[in-house]
Amino acid sequence: MLYRETSQFKTTYAEDMAIFPIRQDRIALGVLLGIAFIGLPLLATFHIWPFGGDYLLWAILLPFLILALAAIGTNILVGYCGQISLGSGAFMAIGAYSAYKLATGVHIPLAWLGFAISIPPLPILASILLGGLAAAGVGILFGIPSLRIKGLYLAVATLAAQFFFDWVFLRVPWFTNYAPSGSVNAPELNFFGVVVQTPIERYLLCLTFVTVTAILAKNLVRGNLGRQWMAIRDMDIAAELIGIRPLYAKLTAFAVSSFIVGVAGALWAFVYLGSWEPLAFSLDRSLDLLFMVIIGGLGSIMGSFVGAAFILIVPIMLNLIPTELGVPLSTETITHLQLIIFGSLICYLLIKEPRGFARLISIGKEKLRLWPFPY
Amino acid sequence: MRAPDTNEVLLQVEGVALAFGGVRALRDVSFNIRKGEIRAIIGPNGAGKTSMLNVINGFYHPDHGAITFKGRTRARMQPFEAARGGIARTFQNVALFKGMSALDNIMAGRTLKVRRGLLWQMLRYGPALAEEVEHRHRVEEIIDFLEIEAIRKVPVARLPYGLQKRVELGRALAMEPDLLLLDEPMAGMNLEEKEDMSRFIIDVNNHYGTTIALIEHDMAVVMDLSHRVAVLDHGVKIADGTPDEVKRNQAVIDAYLGVAH
Repeated sequence: MLYRETSQFKTTYAEDMAIFPIRQDRIALGVLLGIAFIGLPLLATFHIWPFGGDYLLWAILLPFLILALAAIGTNILVGYCGQISLGSGAFMAIGAYSAYKLATGVHIPLAWLGFAISIPPLPILASILLGGLAAAGVGILFGIPSLRIKGLYLAVATLAAQFFFDWVFLRVPWFTNYAPSGSVNAPELNFFGVVVQTPIERYLLCLTFVTVTAILAKNLVRGNLGRQWMAIRDMDIAAELIGIRPLYAKLTAFAVSSFIVGVAGALWAFVYLGSWEPLAFSLDRSLDLLFMVIIGGLGSIMGSFVGAAFILIVPIMLNLIPTELGVPLSTETITHLQLIIFGSLICYLLIKEPRGFARLISIGKEKLRLWPFPY
Repeated sequence: MRAPDTNEVLLQVEGVALAFGGVRALRDVSFNIRKGEIRAIIGPNGAGKTSMLNVINGFYHPDHGAITFKGRTRARMQPFEAARGGIARTFQNVALFKGMSALDNIMAGRTLKVRRGLLWQMLRYGPALAEEVEHRHRVEEIIDFLEIEAIRKVPVARLPYGLQKRVELGRALAMEPDLLLLDEPMAGMNLEEKEDMSRFIIDVNNHYGTTIALIEHDMAVVMDLSHRVAVLDHGVKIADGTPDEVKRNQAVIDAYLGVAH
């Protein structure tokens, strides 16, 4: 009964085109953001349940936010533009390692030319954003084949990116500043004099990144560029005949997507992991992101959040619930169960509801608007 | 119907030939489309009508011949270049963007008119928002014109066929084309839908002054709507003229009804 649009009249097109045209949605989002930005940090500061320790922040909220960010990026490419990518993990790695190099100073010795390129260490925010830009550049490069090849074949091309960069960051010591173990440590997270250290600060940092990116991404996908992407996804021939250049549409999708995924990679490395090795961005990460997007909802920003939450929470629930019931499962069983659940769920969703949980939610909302009447 | 007053030629097709391997889809076809007229291209199945449209909007490249559009002659171009030149097109089998709403489909037709780039669209503030609203105004005019206000936010995949055709026409109109190519706009429609569509085609021609080239199998519609008719058979133009002339042409009658051997 609460979810009604009655008496909400829109008198301008701008109102009709707002992100959340329905008042109840706006209120719900405001409350959610309030809880996320103020409520949760307060609870965590005073260690009120469920924030007894830092477990919830560290193990759930932080990875959730960063993976949701990466899922938004993946969703732009896979969900909105319809270009299947198995290389998201690689683009996270590019973002992470580029940001790392820029934050610790770049030195490229060009001995045969008689000089060297040296860039002093950059501030951390600049490094992260430039790391994203580096990922965007590489994304464009690997997006070029998409002009010729489609579907599964393109997926294989992006898979090549995944394996190539796994190899590069493992084997080229320059990227890890010649660290003997191949593992690198994140620089100090100093944002304009504010050092981000505690879990709460890290959480707030990621939350800010995710909120800003989600709004900007939402703006893009409901603007003309977003329509171009979806047009290419739905029917590329017709798209071309109304004046959409496939080159521009596809490469911007690759660039924007890789940028967001790259920034997420830099945050994952700097804020969440702290020290990492190339294994952190393996093919498993790419597949996880793809699962999130498919389960959450192809072509939906909100779906990226739902998908990220689902993929993260299922393993934790599989661990918690049997333990609570007194039948603890072994780690292997949990891993296997997890694969079984994801696999069957993806099969089910692809057949029944290709647009994932997000679509189910919007169907639910539509029903709620008319409730208790069927139509 | 009364033909437009000007004799200015908008599009000139000159000796166009197109072959797919051994199949000669078009053989030395020449005709013109005058500014402001409704031009029909008819012919039995496989006559090369759709191939002709595909050549005009750059989807196929002719093996021989040239096409002059708005005074510029060219041998080959890409479909999006044709679109930029002012050629819009609808398809025989509806080619809408299935995952998008009717409104978004028509808004996508405005792509070429959008001036603000990626960063502005991302901020969606000030001039970028103003531009988006401006395009929405133009699209709403088209939605009013086509009488599809009620379905503007419905995903097109859920719409019945007749309405999908209408949305597709709307998407083409959103481009504000100089030349509108309609590939069987009435295929698969019932009488009422056909009458609606005929009305829209005449209105587009009158109201916006858009030149229209259409392919259609329903002869009653063709003869009533068009100013001039070109008839293709086996890739060859066998007749060209006003509907009355074409109706009396023996070659046309033979092509449609067959000849006694």
